[in-house]
Amino acid sequence: MHTVHIKYAQWVAVSAELFLSTTDSTPMYQQIVDQITAKVIAGDWKPGQALPSIRELASASRVSVITVKRAYADLMLAGIIVTRHGMGSFVAESSDLPTDLLRAEFTQHFDALLACAARLGITRNEIRHMLDDEQAAPTPDTSGGSTP
Amino acid sequence: MTAALALSGVTKRYDSFALQDITLDMPQGQIMGLVGVNGAGKTTLLRILSGLARADSGTVEVLGHAMPAQQVAVKKELGFASEDMRLYKSQTLRWHMDFIRAIYPGWDEAYAADLLRRFDLRPEQTLAGFSHGQRVKALLLLNFARRPKLLLLDEPTTGLDPVARDEVLQALADILRDDARSVLFSSHNTRDIEQLADTISFVHQGRLLASKDKESFLDDWRRIICQGTWPAEAHGWPEIAMTRQNGSLLELRVRQFSDGLVGRLQAQGLEIRSAEAMSLEDIFVTTVRAGGAA
Repeated sequence: MHTVHIKYAQWVAVSAELFLSTTDSTPMYQQIVDQITAKVIAGDWKPGQALPSIRELASASRVSVITVKRAYADLMLAGIIVTRHGMGSFVAESSDLPTDLLRAEFTQHFDALLACAARLGITRNEIRHMLDDEQAAPTPDTSGGSTP
Repeated sequence: MTAALALSGVTKRYDSFALQDITLDMPQGQIMGLVGVNGAGKTTLLRILSGLARADSGTVEVLGHAMPAQQVAVKKELGFASEDMRLYKSQTLRWHMDFIRAIYPGWDEAYAADLLRRFDLRPEQTLAGFSHGQRVKALLLLNFARRPKLLLLDEPTTGLDPVARDEVLQALADILRDDARSVLFSSHNTRDIEQLADTISFVHQGRLLASKDKESFLDDWRRIICQGTWPAEAHGWPEIAMTRQNGSLLELRVRQFSDGLVGRLQAQGLEIRSAEAMSLEDIFVTTVRAGGAA
């Protein structure tokens, strides 16, 4: 039996277009940071993959070059991307990156929850009870469809 | 790298208006937005850069060439689109395209065809039958398809319907792919500028009020809402561009926001409710009203 191997180019061109809004109150560079982070978490952009050049992303997303530069600088500081001199930017090579980013998001929500609870005067013990109650209650089934 | 343009101490006097002491640099590969009210001097500035008007004093350099002395060399690589430019009413758009193509070797016919389709223009129609918006788009097409190194665009989106405006912005976004090309465009619509420009320059009453990269503009300015009364000691703080008091609520427009400022406001007994970024339009209007530098 013959198996035909089709080799797909490793260098799949990534779409440089992000969906940015001029009316969103989130600053444009932050929208870029958020969307690239979301793409890395979702696995659209894999570790080690080349990012669109700054000009390419700016042009495709219709936003100024300086704004993309700033977003890339922020992503670099956050360790999400690395820039190699003369070669452009790449998604950081850590295989745990999507999980790490998701964990960071969880920690952020968790801290916000504790802060909110403190303002409401909800004790740790009460939170523990809430978690127990939540566990005891039937959880909505998210695995399958919702056909009645 | 040569600068796309460099102005130093440029002055131009008319009977009722004067452009005063303009010093402005723009590196190659940038998009700069020129913001100003009607009669601020935007068009005069663009006309001086294009060689259509001569400065009374000061020096003007465009693409590394002294203006107006070397304007022949400059004009090959310069595109200028302004509403007051005349096209021949009795001729078709195709005739105009062939005319420009005969003069400028850089004319890109494939790109011109693409722009015709995107701008929804009919090349066989005479200009007399064009609407205002179609004339603006035709003029932009005639300039864009030459692929000039520097594009000077005077109000390129004014008077266009939303779809046409979107196509023009798309064409501008295409240009920024090329790091050798620069664009200087003026607009009433600060949202167009805010989206695409790397640098923003405010012009008012013939003077340059500010010229900064867009991200620092947006970073520096804040609108702060606090509870409390604006204290007498705080009058004259240079960071504060404008204050408004309504009962116990106080609105501050700040031109140089910092954590230090927040601390000083709190030390004055003010309780800060919110500190939001401002739109370019708000920043411009506040700058003009405050009558000073941004």
